[in-house]
Amino acid sequence: MFFTYLRRELRRRMRQAIFIALGLAVGIGLVITVTAASSGVKKAQGTVLQNLYGVGTSATVTKSPTAGSFTRPGRNFNLKPGATVKINQLTATGSLGSLDDSAVTTIAKLNGVAATAGAVTANNVNTTFKIPNFNSGGSGGAPPGGGSGGGGGGSFSGPGSFSAGNQVTVNGVDLSSGGQPLGPLSNGTLTSGRTLKASDASSDLAVVDSSYAKSANLKVGSDVTIAGQKFPVVGVVKDSSGTDIYIPLARAQALANMKGKVNTIYVAATSAANIAAVQKEIRAAVPGSTVTTSADLASQVTGSLSSASSLASNLGKWLAIAVLIAAFLLASLLTMAAVSRRVREFGTLKALGWRSRRIIGQVMGESVAIGILGGIAGVALGFAGAAIISGVAPALTAAVGPTTGSATPGGARSFSGGAPPGGGSGGFAPPGGGGFARTAGNATHSVAVHLTASVTVTAVVLAVVLALAGGLIAGSFGGWRAARLRPAAALSRVE
Amino acid sequence: MYKLTDVRKDYQKGRGTVHALAGVDLVIEDGEWLAIQGPTGHGKTTLLQMLGGLDRPTSGSVELDGRDLASMRETAVTRVRAASIGFIFQTFNLIPTLSAQENVEVALVPLGIGPAARKARAEVALASVGLEERVRHLPSELSGGQQQRVAIARALVKEPKVLLADEPTGNLDEGTRDELLALLERLWRDLGLTLVVVTHDSTVARRAQRIGVMKKGRLSIKQDTRPAVP
Repeated sequence: MFFTYLRRELRRRMRQAIFIALGLAVGIGLVITVTAASSGVKKAQGTVLQNLYGVGTSATVTKSPTAGSFTRPGRNFNLKPGATVKINQLTATGSLGSLDDSAVTTIAKLNGVAATAGAVTANNVNTTFKIPNFNSGGSGGAPPGGGSGGGGGGSFSGPGSFSAGNQVTVNGVDLSSGGQPLGPLSNGTLTSGRTLKASDASSDLAVVDSSYAKSANLKVGSDVTIAGQKFPVVGVVKDSSGTDIYIPLARAQALANMKGKVNTIYVAATSAANIAAVQKEIRAAVPGSTVTTSADLASQVTGSLSSASSLASNLGKWLAIAVLIAAFLLASLLTMAAVSRRVREFGTLKALGWRSRRIIGQVMGESVAIGILGGIAGVALGFAGAAIISGVAPALTAAVGPTTGSATPGGARSFSGGAPPGGGSGGFAPPGGGGFARTAGNATHSVAVHLTASVTVTAVVLAVVLALAGGLIAGSFGGWRAARLRPAAALSRVE
Repeated sequence: MYKLTDVRKDYQKGRGTVHALAGVDLVIEDGEWLAIQGPTGHGKTTLLQMLGGLDRPTSGSVELDGRDLASMRETAVTRVRAASIGFIFQTFNLIPTLSAQENVEVALVPLGIGPAARKARAEVALASVGLEERVRHLPSELSGGQQQRVAIARALVKEPKVLLADEPTGNLDEGTRDELLALLERLWRDLGLTLVVVTHDSTVARRAQRIGVMKKGRLSIKQDTRPAVP
């Protein structure tokens, strides 16, 4: 009788039941979609962070550069007017200060630290430019191309030229551990050749990123030139860390004038639970250092991925909650209204000897059945929503500062090449008047990831629980109203 | 047997108090047919509700076979209603989504009777009121007289001791009313029911053994208007 009565009643109130179920379905569907999108964004963020950070790395240690500490390998350019100057030099990333090698071993000895690896993040600049003719005593002029030039007592004249050349990011990899190093290279997937090994520590060998290899037409056996030295390519890796070339740490230190120094230390904690404690210990052991964990790095992620994350966690979450609350309220109100319309019916049942408990059970059964229908529809809507997000979402991009996380992210840095002859203190700029993009460091890494919103079992369970909760809440309001009816009052109600 | 002693029922209406029952004393013997008449708003239906345990008096006692419905717990009163008292209402009060047979079965649900037995008894009850051909029809597919027959079958299917009817012919035309009265009289005789009928209709009241008249919450009994039926 329970199910017959329930089925017939729902059929009688079909429109209302569908309306309530749809309300619940939209709420539940939104919850599932938002949960799926959030989990997709989190996964994407994880992918980005893993790419930038490397597998197994819990934190990075860096130091902010102190004023005037930015050093370059010494070069004596012959800057005669009309001369052509070629630059191919490796420069440690200017946004990072240097740390003594000893800091690596100091950190390695701390409690909760499983492994450490020092690294030098540097940029190799390959540029050619021609110095224009210089007339002493003239007023300052601008070089061709519209760049501003300041002259202190003389002027440039005649044609000058500038070749922007190229600039690549070079990572000096600590191979002392012998195994897979910490840091960005650890995340790369070897596509050809081999990776660097401990015996390569002092060799001029390089592993290149596949994207860079493609753009520079490199393969295993090709040579790359770093600071004027040829490095045979021994392997090609696919990774998204933003590093173009990996070379042994010792060679990077030598070429970037960083002997005995590193500018990034990768740290692996013994467990994720220890990361906060390790962070604190490192700060104490290496004064002035900046310790960046993956959580810190996550907060520095910008770009559409960050926007998607904010959208999912803020707007999406609250929208889903608001719709769900509205759906619950709607279901409750409509159920109570339905009970009000059935006062005489329930009064009759009470007169026939039905206990309040049985009537409440009947009302709640109807509500729960509507809730289950709403839940099923909601799960379907959720899957559809997740599929739509996965299908139509454009590739998200994430941009973060250098893997160290502490460097000032973003922003092109200008590269001043020194004073021109003639005592003038003016700098010079490339044609077009702009600064050198990416000249002083790979300040920002940009990674593209595809957002895949996948519905998890937890989300489905959550949906079922929400559907039952919606039904129970609505049913309990209706049941409470039905239980309060005195049969005499119910029967005397005029309908 | 019913024994009502100084039953009073007061309602608050606005700032005033309405004395729906103003001290009713009444004894109804088993198997008796009592009709209650009186003007609208003078307490007829309230008295019927007291007899059925649908409401509680403000004071006084309503004893059914020695048990005071006024002081019993609600669950106990519900059990008494389920097992011993049948109701017939002026507006039939059938569940619109259930068939005639299912409506009759509804009365057996609280007695814990299984589905097969419920179905069989419902069919018998419907046959006894002449509706064996209408068991699967919904109330909306039945005439007023047929609906009231279903209501009678529902009231009688549990074989109650008492049948309480509130204006059972109020919504029926004269011909249907007479048919229904004949049916009620037959069932009353055959089943030995105690029958209490609230009615405005003197034709209905005249069929009863006794007629009580409610006026201003007080009941006055007219002695036998018809020859007593054993």
